[in-house]
Amino acid sequence: MTEIAADPMPQSAIHTSESARARLAARYRTERVFRFLGQAAIGVSVAFLALLLTTVVIQGVPAFTYNFASLDFDLSSERLGGPDEISKADFDGIVRDAIRGEFPQVTGRTPRRLLGGLISSGAPVLLRERLVGDPSLVGSSGRVSVPVSDFADLYLKGQITGSEYRDFTSPIVLEASGDGSTYTVTADQAVFGDVLELVKQRLLADAAALRQRAEGQARSQARIQSDIVGFESRLSAAEDAAESAGLTARLEQARANLDSVTAEIARLEADAADREARAGSAVSGEPMTDEDPSLLIYAADGVIRATHITATTVEGEAMLPVADPGSLVGNGWRLRILDVPESNRKFSDQEIVWTDTLVDRGEVASAFNWIFFSKGASREPEMAGVWGAVVGSTLTLVVTLALSFPLGVAAAIYLQEFAPKNRITTLIEVNINNLAAVPSIVFGLLGLAVFLNFFEFDRSAPYVGGMVLGLMTLPTIIIASRVSLGAVPPSIREAALGIGASRLQTVVHHVLPLALPGILTGTIIGMARALGETAPLLMIGMVAFIVDIPGSFSDPATVLPVQIFMWADFPEAAFQHRTSAAIIVLLGFLIVMNALAVIMRWRFERRW
Amino acid sequence: MQGWLFALGSLAVLAGLFFAGRARALATVGGNTSGLHSTPGYHGFYLVIWAALPAVVLFVTWGLISRFVTDAYVAGQLGDAFAAIPEAQRGAFLRAARSLVAGAAFGEVTDLTRQGADAYRTFAEVTGTIVNAFALLLAVSGLGWGWTRIAPRLRARQFVERTVMWLLIAASGVAIITTIGIVLSLIFESLQFFARVNFFDFLFGLHWSPQSAYESITWEATDRNSEVFGAIPVFVGTLLITTIAIAVAAPVGLMSAIYLSDYASKATRAFAKPILEILAGIPTVVYGFFAALTVAPFFRSSGESFGLTVSSESALAAGMVMGIMIIPFVSSLSDDVINAVPQSLRDGSAGLGATKSETIRKVVLPAALPGIVSALMLAISRAIGETMIVVMAAGLAANMTINPLEAVTTVTVQIVTLLTGDSEFDSAKTLSAFALGLMLFCVTLLLNVIALRVIQKYREQYD
Repeated sequence: MTEIAADPMPQSAIHTSESARARLAARYRTERVFRFLGQAAIGVSVAFLALLLTTVVIQGVPAFTYNFASLDFDLSSERLGGPDEISKADFDGIVRDAIRGEFPQVTGRTPRRLLGGLISSGAPVLLRERLVGDPSLVGSSGRVSVPVSDFADLYLKGQITGSEYRDFTSPIVLEASGDGSTYTVTADQAVFGDVLELVKQRLLADAAALRQRAEGQARSQARIQSDIVGFESRLSAAEDAAESAGLTARLEQARANLDSVTAEIARLEADAADREARAGSAVSGEPMTDEDPSLLIYAADGVIRATHITATTVEGEAMLPVADPGSLVGNGWRLRILDVPESNRKFSDQEIVWTDTLVDRGEVASAFNWIFFSKGASREPEMAGVWGAVVGSTLTLVVTLALSFPLGVAAAIYLQEFAPKNRITTLIEVNINNLAAVPSIVFGLLGLAVFLNFFEFDRSAPYVGGMVLGLMTLPTIIIASRVSLGAVPPSIREAALGIGASRLQTVVHHVLPLALPGILTGTIIGMARALGETAPLLMIGMVAFIVDIPGSFSDPATVLPVQIFMWADFPEAAFQHRTSAAIIVLLGFLIVMNALAVIMRWRFERRW
Repeated sequence: MQGWLFALGSLAVLAGLFFAGRARALATVGGNTSGLHSTPGYHGFYLVIWAALPAVVLFVTWGLISRFVTDAYVAGQLGDAFAAIPEAQRGAFLRAARSLVAGAAFGEVTDLTRQGADAYRTFAEVTGTIVNAFALLLAVSGLGWGWTRIAPRLRARQFVERTVMWLLIAASGVAIITTIGIVLSLIFESLQFFARVNFFDFLFGLHWSPQSAYESITWEATDRNSEVFGAIPVFVGTLLITTIAIAVAAPVGLMSAIYLSDYASKATRAFAKPILEILAGIPTVVYGFFAALTVAPFFRSSGESFGLTVSSESALAAGMVMGIMIIPFVSSLSDDVINAVPQSLRDGSAGLGATKSETIRKVVLPAALPGIVSALMLAISRAIGETMIVVMAAGLAANMTINPLEAVTTVTVQIVTLLTGDSEFDSAKTLSAFALGLMLFCVTLLLNVIALRVIQKYREQYD
């Protein structure tokens, strides 16, 4: 008894000692970390999806609207000619005159060309289409809407530069120079101080860059000096006249290089010091280059762009003519700073001022971008649309469906219901499973080698693309149909056989209708996959530049994902927006198709 | 337009024949269907099959062999002039003649080509008429034969069902024909390539720059060609990007599957599974666009801020986005295998005092390991065959490196760039794409077969 009482359950120490508690805590901690890792894994997927969708939507939504200018076009019959001659009329000239009519004071070839660039180069084409389609418009008055250029549109959407506005009521004096080309604005307070600061900061940045270049030159200077030392020592050790002559020549060359590099360094450092001095001085004025943020002064119905600035005065050129120079008292004026310097953007200050004026006159407004949804591809971003690709995708998918659905369901019926369990059937099944896992580009190679090279079908035609995608979707439909057919319980078959139906009648009249919802779900999902496929269609040539909307199955066409692929390569910012908008359209189609499949599965599929 | 009208017209005629056969069957028993062996509908189908099927078979057969017959005829017509053309160029000559008939000249056009085109045209017209007339004759005689055979004792149902069965078998055969087509076309074109470039130079060569390949009219394989078609850098690039992708997808996909099957509440599962399905359904071109536009510049600028030079087409960006694309694939396959492990194993482990993570790590995962390994192999196969992400986000120059910050190229990128240019079809460059495609097909097939064998061999049978 005492031995047992003196030994109180030694096993409990394993669970209650300090080390045991520490082990247990460690195990629980591992459990928590593991659980957290699982949540983090899900979080990665969710975060990425959110990032992808927000990026695409933010980039793409601006492309759904576009700014149109409604200008007064001269559509008189003298200009356009008779009804048969309308299509040959000079629409470029009509558009040019309309925009010049908005700013009659603009003279000179280059400014006029700049002005003409505000309207899209596709505007004459659209105007021609409208008039040829509706000749009754000839001679009508009233304004017609045409798209503005892609950069004007980007500016109006705030993608080119931001602005800061400051309103003032304190008086300024506007003086014109002798020939009226430059103006001087004088204020009684240091209102231009901060802009001057920005210019001085830019000067300091320039100086720093110059000093960096000087450092680089100093390094090569050191290298040349060591070369010279080397040459000199070799010269003193030279043995024959030829070698020393050669070395002397190279020594001369090196010395000349050294001189020029030293001069370069001195120049760079002097420039840098000059800029730093100017930046440091308190009251001097500075010229404003196109690397500085632009300063515009809106006063007396005119706009002046600063080319020289001090804290209290500005000298500049007129972007819009000033009504009459003189003192302004009790008349507000405003200052505008454009954040992005003119050298960093593709839309100049003059174009900005003109565009703003048109907006103020009410002649430019944002509207739904119908061009994007009704036109085919184009070199100009503003005239590029997805409709050609949408029609091409539809035609291709029709052929894919027509090819893969009957063949797939027929093959599935045979394999699931009728095929005997022998080696050939197993071979076919393994074959189909392997085909489902083959990369899609291999189907493109098949299409290229067999359809284009051997059968010599048309390149870029929807029916060829449909055949390639049909072969690719076939294994998916076969597998999905087999699963649906297999899910129908044997009792249905036995009941039909019991009342005297043949095997084919059982399948077609009894099993197939019950399996149809599952088959259709699988087909829709297969079609959704085929809609997003790009690689096989690249191989068979559906990557051409298609301007006209395809009209039949053998017209050259492209599909939506390939159109996205092509546009993604174009560098213009407007094309990036359009690529994202096309992605939104593609995802929209996919959402509709998948939602249809989910609804069908939810409503019609029976659980046995 | 004509095609549409013809198709619609034929369908209308066949529908008419169906109803006619049906009516005749009813007429033979005076409207009393119990006297017929098969229901009247089967008699209608009987008539349609006898009328349509022989003509269809004739058209299909002629479509398959017409090219060879016409080529032989044209060769015969041109006689000596054709025999004078060297063997290797006869194919191109015939193709040029055919394209001339179609309207747009493709390739060299000489007087001989024009003669060939004329011969093609006349032969096509004559044979077209003959085949159409013969098909019409078959259709009418089949119609007549079927019409006379319709009787109450006719076993129409058996005939129709046997025909339908053969059609079903033919449909199943299409899958086989597709595989045979893929294999044959790849091998055929690859053999033409290996006639120009040594197979071992291709497989083990270290320098890939097909743009500098030597082209000549007479297609002689030169030593130069053997030097520029070494595919090892391309394989290395593919492996690098695949490794990065799997390094991203395997842990995240596996942990997602584990969490969803063992830890998540119903609400979380209902939220997370659709998200993964959406990720799986996004087209790869969207992933590629995102990789090229957002991910790659992000890696580039953050690399610069750390002092590293990151290429704007780094393997890291392409591999990472590809990994995220594969996550749903790994997750759903692993989910299936993990759920297949019976609950009794988990309960037993819990009964011994294991925490959930210990159960998973020590019991469930080892039990599900064959399935997970096979899922990873399928994911690798998917990553190797992926095209659009790498075309848009990875580089074009073959670079043999394992540094993920540099630009590399993959097999699929090379296939796309070599075949979407404007080169002639038979040049060594375009044929090399087929050789690469053959490698790709073989590797993915091997991985799929091994994955399947792993599952079959090591799968545990739980009672």
